[in-house]
Amino acid sequence: MSTSELLELSVARAAQRIAAGEISAGEYSEAWRGAAAGDELNAYLWRAEDDTGETEGPLGGIPVAVKDIFCTEGVPTTAASRILEGYEPLYTATAVRRLAGAGAEILGKTNMDEFAMGSSNENSAFGPVLNPWDRERVPGGSSGGSAAAVAGGLAPCAIGTDTGGSIRQPAALCGIVGLKPTYGAISRYGMIAFASSLDQCGPLTRDVTDAALLLSALQGRDPCDSTSVGIEGGVEAPRREDLAGLRFAVPSELARDQIDPGVRAVFEGTLERIERLGGEVAEAPLPHAEHGISAYYVIAPAEASSNLARYDGVRYGLREDAGDLVEMYETTRAEGFGDEVKRRIMLGTYALSSGYYEAYYGRAQRVRTKIATDFAAAFADFDFVVTPTSPSVAFRLGEKTDDPLAMYLNDFFTVPMSLAGIPAISIPAGLAAPEGGGAQLPVGFQIAAPAFAEQSLLEAAYALEREIGFDARPGG
Amino acid sequence: MAGELSGILEHVDRIAALDLDDVPPTSHVVALENALRADEPRPSWPVQRVLESAPDPADGAFRVPSPQAEA
Repeated sequence: MSTSELLELSVARAAQRIAAGEISAGEYSEAWRGAAAGDELNAYLWRAEDDTGETEGPLGGIPVAVKDIFCTEGVPTTAASRILEGYEPLYTATAVRRLAGAGAEILGKTNMDEFAMGSSNENSAFGPVLNPWDRERVPGGSSGGSAAAVAGGLAPCAIGTDTGGSIRQPAALCGIVGLKPTYGAISRYGMIAFASSLDQCGPLTRDVTDAALLLSALQGRDPCDSTSVGIEGGVEAPRREDLAGLRFAVPSELARDQIDPGVRAVFEGTLERIERLGGEVAEAPLPHAEHGISAYYVIAPAEASSNLARYDGVRYGLREDAGDLVEMYETTRAEGFGDEVKRRIMLGTYALSSGYYEAYYGRAQRVRTKIATDFAAAFADFDFVVTPTSPSVAFRLGEKTDDPLAMYLNDFFTVPMSLAGIPAISIPAGLAAPEGGGAQLPVGFQIAAPAFAEQSLLEAAYALEREIGFDARPGG
Repeated sequence: MAGELSGILEHVDRIAALDLDDVPPTSHVVALENALRADEPRPSWPVQRVLESAPDPADGAFRVPSPQAEA
């Protein structure tokens, strides 16, 4: 089989053929290392030089691109921050160990927004990732390197993390599948913490079947993470071909939300496809979802300000020596953190300060309850809630860097699911021209399900993926 | 950055208008039961290994500048 034929295979098919002895794991891995070596998107921060030779297991011989937020023993792990430049962890994250246990190997560590704070990948200390569809545009973030690597043919599959949309939004902007599982489905041990009550690992893949395959290996209870519970009954390859009897809720508030016309058209076309497959589409109120951004940008920075206190130049990472101990802390953090990280630390400490705690953090936690209650009410009548993944297609590099709030509003449709802890998937639904004109770019369709309903979520996404038949490629 | 932070807080302030008096706060979405493991000693990381990533290890410890600047 030629190199280009090997690179065309989905992960599920490649794994089957490697297991059957039809293709060699060594050749497959070499083909992908060659592809990754041609990275012109700045998707990788580190690349593996050898394969592990492993062929056993459901992912035997499959190389996986790993977001640089996962600790990997003896392999540089930076979270795309200067403050961790050169850091090599003593241990490997449980998620990565589980992939290795299923036979997979690390293809490389992917670029990201610093400490996963961002929606465009422009907050990396090591330069932005470029969108393979248009190199003048962002790939989304924060798992932008993982998304660009899969979409750009530099990796067969990847893992990332999603705190408020960091898997789903880049997947949408790059035209691939991105799944944020239920909070607690996958261990967070060894995943550099941003906002611990929201962070969750998940796969970025070419199709829904590959997402199920990776999730199946990743999920499970881990004694090292007391919040990990796994998915009862595990995860199987989806096979459903219709949506008969399933009810899909469109938030009633969506009609007045700011969505680019091209994105809205693809979204509405996808609703028609759901009906064609026998599914039922109706409106349901999610009145507090619009306050998701407000609650999120209090809760996530508050947790981050606490989590990032550990980077102090004492035990690992960067140290900038200057005068006494306090000056050393201050100089190290001033030099080591980028602007967005500093912005969020300040927001978080402000929201937690004694005079403002109840007005900000306390209220944000109550809004979180309201959002979760809204979803619970919708799921009493519906199987799924659907929205566009992002209000626009990929925007231009630099377009939103001067306006943090505009950048935050990109997460409008993904943040509510994170606050409620429920699973959501983005699948490519079509193409739309950006506002202001230009070549057509991918549009993501988001489906959310009740907690731990990953299997039915994957089944519905699989049926819809078949019906959509998205086969556009970057540059083609 | 002050202007940016004010703009963000202004947006966040929209939640001030919501009636949330009887709403309990959510700090965590997974219902957790406390689980205790057996209290048995386990091996921990060797000190030297941990100090390999430290910027300034000394005598089996992390060395930092003095808390008080030299006079």
